[in-house]
Amino acid sequence: MSQSTTQRIDSLADSDVWQTVCEQQDLVSNSGVVVWLDGAQVALFYLPGAEGRSLYAIDNHDPQSGANVIGRGLVGSIKGDLVVASPIYKQHFRLEDGSCLEYPQQRLRVWPVRLNGGVVEVGLA
Amino acid sequence: MNSNVAALNKVQTLIVIGNGMVGHHCVEQLIERGALDQYRLHVFSEEPMRAYDRVHLSEYFSGRDAESLALSDASLYQTPGVTLHLGVPVLEIDRTRRQVITAQGSIPYDKLVLATGSYPFVPPVEGAEGDSRLVYRTLEDLDAIRAAAANARRGVVVGGGLLGLEAANALKSLGLEAHVVEFAPRLMPVQLDAMGGLALKSQIERLGVGVHLSRSTQSISAGEEYRYRMNFANDEFLETDLIVFSAGIRAQDALARQCALEIGPRGGVVINDECLTSDPDIYAIGECASWNGGLFGLVAPGYQMARGVAARLCNDTAEPFLGADMSTKLKLLGVDVGSIGDAHGNTPGARSYQFIDETTASYRRLVVDASGKHVIGAVLVGDNSYYDTLLQYMQNAIALPAEPASLILPSSEGAPTLGPGALPESATVCSCHNVTKGSICSAIDGGCADLGLLKSQTKACTGCGGCAGLLKQVFEHELIARGVSVDKSLCEHFAYTRQELYALVRVEGVITFEELLAKHGRGHTGCDVCKPAVGSILASCWNQPIMDASLVPLQDTNDTFMANMQKNGTYSVVPRIPGGEITADKLIAIGVVAKKYDLYTKITGGQRIDLFGAQLHELPDIWAELIEAGFETGHAYGKSTRTVKSCVGSTWCRYGVQDSVQMALTIEDRYKGLRSPHKLKFAVSGCTRECAEAQSKDVGVIATEKGWNLYIAGNGGMRPRHAELFATDLDDATLIRYIDRFLMFYIRTADKLQRTSVWRESLEGGLDFLKEVIINDSLGLGAELESQMQLVVDRYECEWANALKDPEKLKRFRTFVNDKRPDPDIHFVQERGQRRPIMAAELNLIPVTEEIA
Repeated sequence: MSQSTTQRIDSLADSDVWQTVCEQQDLVSNSGVVVWLDGAQVALFYLPGAEGRSLYAIDNHDPQSGANVIGRGLVGSIKGDLVVASPIYKQHFRLEDGSCLEYPQQRLRVWPVRLNGGVVEVGLA
Repeated sequence: MNSNVAALNKVQTLIVIGNGMVGHHCVEQLIERGALDQYRLHVFSEEPMRAYDRVHLSEYFSGRDAESLALSDASLYQTPGVTLHLGVPVLEIDRTRRQVITAQGSIPYDKLVLATGSYPFVPPVEGAEGDSRLVYRTLEDLDAIRAAAANARRGVVVGGGLLGLEAANALKSLGLEAHVVEFAPRLMPVQLDAMGGLALKSQIERLGVGVHLSRSTQSISAGEEYRYRMNFANDEFLETDLIVFSAGIRAQDALARQCALEIGPRGGVVINDECLTSDPDIYAIGECASWNGGLFGLVAPGYQMARGVAARLCNDTAEPFLGADMSTKLKLLGVDVGSIGDAHGNTPGARSYQFIDETTASYRRLVVDASGKHVIGAVLVGDNSYYDTLLQYMQNAIALPAEPASLILPSSEGAPTLGPGALPESATVCSCHNVTKGSICSAIDGGCADLGLLKSQTKACTGCGGCAGLLKQVFEHELIARGVSVDKSLCEHFAYTRQELYALVRVEGVITFEELLAKHGRGHTGCDVCKPAVGSILASCWNQPIMDASLVPLQDTNDTFMANMQKNGTYSVVPRIPGGEITADKLIAIGVVAKKYDLYTKITGGQRIDLFGAQLHELPDIWAELIEAGFETGHAYGKSTRTVKSCVGSTWCRYGVQDSVQMALTIEDRYKGLRSPHKLKFAVSGCTRECAEAQSKDVGVIATEKGWNLYIAGNGGMRPRHAELFATDLDDATLIRYIDRFLMFYIRTADKLQRTSVWRESLEGGLDFLKEVIINDSLGLGAELESQMQLVVDRYECEWANALKDPEKLKRFRTFVNDKRPDPDIHFVQERGQRRPIMAAELNLIPVTEEIA
C-alpha cells in the first residue's frame, strides 16, 4: 500500500491540546478508519493525493440510521467539496465542516487533525 | 395604521372543503398565484391524511407506503396563512351567515371552494355487509381490504370498469385469486367498444383473473367453500371470501344539497363555465361538480377546473371550462388500455378502422370523421405505444396520412409515427397540468437542460405520469434541435456512459481507477457514483482481487468489507452453498460458527444460509473458521453472481429428466465471482414442473428429454419479469457457451445498475436481435466474449481466502484502530430464540432524526 512520505501538517484550526490517536500506518489511503477518543468515535479519512488537506476527522455516528458507520463510507468529491457518503442511506457529508448536502438539519462534528512525525493527532480544544 | 390602507389590505377568508387530488391542486395553484396576499386559507379534509395520489392507489399493496403517495411534502400546508384541518368533516354550510360549521365550531368565509369529490356507489344488495361490502377509494378502504384479505383465498370485485379492474389488481397483489363481476356485457363499457372489451377480457383471463359478464348480484348469503356466496339470476352463484364494490361513483354533493345549491340531474353541484355554483361566492371543482349535466371522473379535467378557479380568485384571467377530453391511457392488471375521444364512433358519419390480433389478444380501433381527414377517437387494448401519436392527431386536428389504417397497424409495417418534431407548438404534452410543447420549448430556451428540472419547472408529467415517454422524446428532440447533446454522463467526473467507459477500459487495458480518471475523467477523487461503477467494470474485465489496495477505495461498503451491512452497522455473512447442496458436516460447521458468534440465522431465498449480527472486527475470525470448514465467499455483498438455485433433479425425483444439481454446480462454479452491472441470479430445474423457479431468474435452465432449455432476462423483486425462452434442447457445452456469450454481452452493453431484464427490454431489435448475436454470432463477437469470460473464470479466487493471507488487508477489519473494544452502541434483544437489533423505541440509546410532522 502506498504511503505518503510527506509530513505535512493538516489542521482544521489551531488547537492547544493535541491527543495522539493512532499511527500513520493505521490509516488506509483514500478511505476511512475509526478511532476511539474518550467515548467519542472519530472517523479519520486519509486522502494523500487530494487537492488541499489530506487528513480529516469527522463523527462516526450517522444521524439518519443511528448507527456508527460514517468511517466505512465512500469518499468522493461533489461540485468541488470532498464528501463521505453514509453507507446506509447514502446521504453526503462535507469532510471540511460536517454539513450534509441533502439534509441541512443533519450535521456531523468535525475535529482538527494532523500528522505529526508518524502519528495522527486530534485537536481537543 | 391608516384606515384606508387597512381597508385595502383587508384579508379575506377562503375555505377549500376537500383535500383530494383536485382540492390539493387548487391550494397549490392558489399559493403559487399569490393568493395568500389576499386570503387567509383554510382547508378541511375528512380524511386523516393530507392529499395523496389516488391514481396510483393500487401501488399501496405493492410496496408504496402512505407517505410516498402524498402529493406534496408537508411544508406546503405549513406556509403561513394556510391552515389544514385534517380529519375534520364540514357538517354544514350556512350561506346566510356565510360560515362553515364543523364539530369544532364555525368559521366565516368570504369565498368557498367545494372539492368534496365523490364516493363509491354500492347498489342495494341483500346481505352485503362487512367484508362482503368493501369499497375501493381511500387509503382507509385499502387498509380494510388488506385486513379482510388476511385469511382469504379468493376476492371478487363487483364492477368491471376502470376502478374495478384496478381493485382486481389490488386483490391480486394481495395474493388472492381475483374475479370481476360486471353487469354489462363487456369490460370497461364506458371507454371500450365491444371488440375492445373482448380483447381485454381475454388478456385478463390469461393473467388468471376470472371475468363474469352480464351478471347482476341478487343477494349475498353464507358460502360453503368460501365465506360468502354471491347469488346471480338463473340460479348461478360464485363463492368468495370478500367482495369489493366498484360499480361507479356518485358526486359527494351532500353539503351542497344541505345548503340548497342547485344540483344536477345526475347529482353533482351545478357549475357554470367559471365553475361558479348557483351562489356567486361558492365554486365547485372536480368530481363533485356537474357541468352541462355531466360529471368528470378523471383527474385532468379536475385539475383544469382547479387552475381556473385559483386564477379567478386571484383576479387573474382564466379560460372558461368548456368540458374536457376524457381520453385515457392506463395499465390495468399489466394490460395496456387506451381510449381516445369518441371511442364508440357515435359521431354521425364516423367510420372506423380495426386491427385484431387474436394470438396476443390485441385490439386497436381508429375512428375518423365523416370527411375521413381527422381522427376523432380510438380504442387500444394490449399496446399503448400508439396512444400518444393518435391523441396528438386528434387534439391538434392533424391531417391523416394517405393510408389512415397504418396508424394502428403493427409498427413493423413501417407506420408513420408522429415524431416529436411534427407536433405543433400548441400540442398538449401533459394534459393533467396543461403543459404544451411550446411551454416545454420555452423552458429549454430558458436554460433548462435536465429532464428532472424540466418536470419541476413546467409540472409536466407530475400528474398521472402517462406522458413520461412523450415528454422525454420532446425534450431530447428539442435539445438536439438546439445543438445541445443530451447529457448521458455517468457523473461530474466522467462525461461517458458506463458502456463507453467499459470499452475504454477494455481497449486501453486500463487496470486502475486512477489511470482511468487521469486519462478520461476530471479531478483527482471521483465520487460514490463513479467509483463503484468503475470498480465493477475493472472486476468484470480483469477480475483482480477486490481487496487490492488500489481497488479497495472504489468499492461500496459491502464490497469493501465483503459482507452485507445491516441497519445497525453490523454485517451479515453468506457462505457459498453451490446449488443449495450441503453436507451434514458443513451444516454443523455453520451452526458452530453461528453459535460461537451468536449470529442470527436465516435461510435465504437462494438456498443459502445468512448469518446476521457480526461486527467488523469479527469478520476475519468468522471467515477463517468458515474457510477451514471448506466454505468460500458467497458474494452476497456484490453486484455479481449470487446463487444457482436448483431442484433435486433426476437423481432423486421420480419426474426429473436431467441431473439439475450437477448442472447447477457446473454453472455456479463457472460464474462465481463474476462481477456485473447488477446482481445475477440463476436456477436449474430438472423437469418442466420447474420447482427451481428458473423462469424468474436472469439465467434459467430447464431440463428437457433431449437436453436443456435456456431462459434469459427474468427477475423477481420490485418489478417481476418472466424470463424468455431463448434456445431449446441444448447439450451441456452449447448451453454454457450461450450463457458465456449472453453474460459477457450484457456486461459489455448494459448501463450501470441495470438488471438483465431492463437491459433486454432496452435492446433495439429485442429478443430476435439477441438471438442473432448469441446463437448466430451476427456481430462476430462470439469467440471474443467467450475468451473474456474464460479469463474471469481462470482468475477466480475466493476473496476472503485472499484477504486472510494478507495482514495489510486485514488492517481495515478493526472497529477501532486504537482500541480493542466492540462498538458500545450496538445492542441486541432476544426474539424467538435468537438475537436481533434493538429497536429505537425499545431503548433511548439510539437517536433517530427528527421527523417532520
